[in-house]
Amino acid sequence: MSAADILRLDRVSVSFDGFKALNELSLALAAGEMRAVIGPNGAGKTTMMDVITGKTKPDAGRVLFAAQVDLTRLDEPAIAGLGIGRKFQRPTVFEPLTVHDNLLLALGGDRSPRFALWARESAAERERIDELLHTTRLVAERGRRAAELSHGQKQWLEIGMLLAQDPKLLLIDEPVAGMSDAETAATADLLGEINRSRSVIVVEHDMAFVRSLGVTVTVLHEGAVLAEGSIEEIQADPRVVEVYLGR
Amino acid sequence: MIALGRVTIVTLGGVVAAALLLAGLNLLTPAANALHVPDFAIPLFGKYLCYAMLALAVDLVWGYAGILTLGHAAFFALGGYMMGMYLMREIGARGVYANPVLPDFMVFIGWNKLPWYWYGFDHFWFALLMVMLVPAALAGLFGWFAFRSRVSGVYLSIITQALTYALMLAFFRNDMGFGGNNGMTDFKDILGFALNRETTAVGLMLASAGALAAALALARAITASRFGKVLLAVREAEARTRFLGYRPESYKLAVWVVSAVIAAIGGALYVPQVGIINPSEFSPGNSIEAVIWVAVGGRGTLAGAILGAIIVNLGKTWLTSALPAVWLFAFGGLFIAVTLCLPGGLIGLFAGRRRGAEKARGTVSERQHGPAERAPRGVVG
Repeated sequence: MSAADILRLDRVSVSFDGFKALNELSLALAAGEMRAVIGPNGAGKTTMMDVITGKTKPDAGRVLFAAQVDLTRLDEPAIAGLGIGRKFQRPTVFEPLTVHDNLLLALGGDRSPRFALWARESAAERERIDELLHTTRLVAERGRRAAELSHGQKQWLEIGMLLAQDPKLLLIDEPVAGMSDAETAATADLLGEINRSRSVIVVEHDMAFVRSLGVTVTVLHEGAVLAEGSIEEIQADPRVVEVYLGR
Repeated sequence: MIALGRVTIVTLGGVVAAALLLAGLNLLTPAANALHVPDFAIPLFGKYLCYAMLALAVDLVWGYAGILTLGHAAFFALGGYMMGMYLMREIGARGVYANPVLPDFMVFIGWNKLPWYWYGFDHFWFALLMVMLVPAALAGLFGWFAFRSRVSGVYLSIITQALTYALMLAFFRNDMGFGGNNGMTDFKDILGFALNRETTAVGLMLASAGALAAALALARAITASRFGKVLLAVREAEARTRFLGYRPESYKLAVWVVSAVIAAIGGALYVPQVGIINPSEFSPGNSIEAVIWVAVGGRGTLAGAILGAIIVNLGKTWLTSALPAVWLFAFGGLFIAVTLCLPGGLIGLFAGRRRGAEKARGTVSERQHGPAERAPRGVVG
């Protein structure tokens, strides 16, 4: 584990009513790296995301961001402020607002109610929103309410909102669930583009998609790391095969 | 947003015009004239305007921030009590016991000294300040604890009911020093104007219309700002706003306090027009009624809240005198009917019709609509 790690989980444990969702999980992500995390249901993937983003406080262990900040001491807005963005499993956008306004609220800047009360949209904000609309292929949908978008478009809008935050680390939960093949391929491209300037953790079930990412894969099982390596190594690992197919 | 600005402007103009028209027809036409508005109608309409302020306050938190308050009448009543205290002190030595300082009810229960918390209420400006500060402080305290501990949904609704119920029980007690069961009444004048004079009644009604118009303009400015967009975002996906770095609790707290103050001003204007304030104003049913006015008019539309409050109360005035036994059933039935058939409320009905007409004419394509104009129920501002 080097000092260049952007994220390091150190023996993190979480239990819910006696069930160990995370069991001394340790994991390190290098700055600029994209990592795919897979694992059967109940392996602790979502709990891991919850711990990193401050939604769940671990019973034990530390989560170090950029080698210095212990995230377990902070709440969600503070962690978001450090530059960690999170994409939910189900697309979560602000449905009554327009695509434009969804991105506007996500842009970096003052988050206080006082500021928001007087804020006027600046030319710089407008320009940044234009860029994001291009990146997420939503230019034509700018004025539409998010509720009217297709499922795939909502996923992209949410990714666009994360990019608007300008995060250093992006956590993405099942981005291609429910997407068509074309949308899945486009999403893989989009993640590759995002990864050029940011670290990314992707949780995904779709093995074809994980393969297309071409990154290191971490397999979680019962709240701890079972295996780590390239997709080929993982698929050849008898323990992984056992976990996925054995029962 | 332009189209919605129009709804607000029309409502604003409508309220002020109706108030001026009633005032003019009351004061300037002889009683025999067919157009004459009888004296009783003036404070009655004034009362509706005060209720409309309460409804507006409810809509601001329920329609935009998703906080279903079932206790907002508590702020309305508190504002009313603050005004009542001023009106009691205005009576001075003209009370039954002719005590120049102590209100009658205090002499009656044998007090001989004015409690400290009644100090200053002989000044109108002080009472006005308290009308806003006391409910704001209570709302601030309540909201700070509730929102910080992330109490929401039905749990929050229940504790707002508990809040107003607790206040009702407290104000029923004689030793609280607010007149107990009987509350405060027998007011003589306000700012030196006799309350039994017709011009005073007209003045109070017009003041209510002005306050309502100002409150609507303020609420509209808030909801149309970026702050208002964040409120809608919190209403729709609170967790998402947190992961974007917002603190929903500060937004909720801010709008909650503003809303409480609007309700309180409504209550303060209500008391001199109905001539009494007592603990029954805190009864949980009142708060629930206010929520129904908003639902009937159209949640999340501001203008709808005002419309709903006025129309439902017109109906109440008429039905409770024509068929008193029927009122509660009609009211309950109305709520069910609106929930089932008109989820956008009365305003939604108009908005839906206009949109339909535009589509039929083919003048406006679906894409070209402004974002807010096509906003379905819940977002029209």
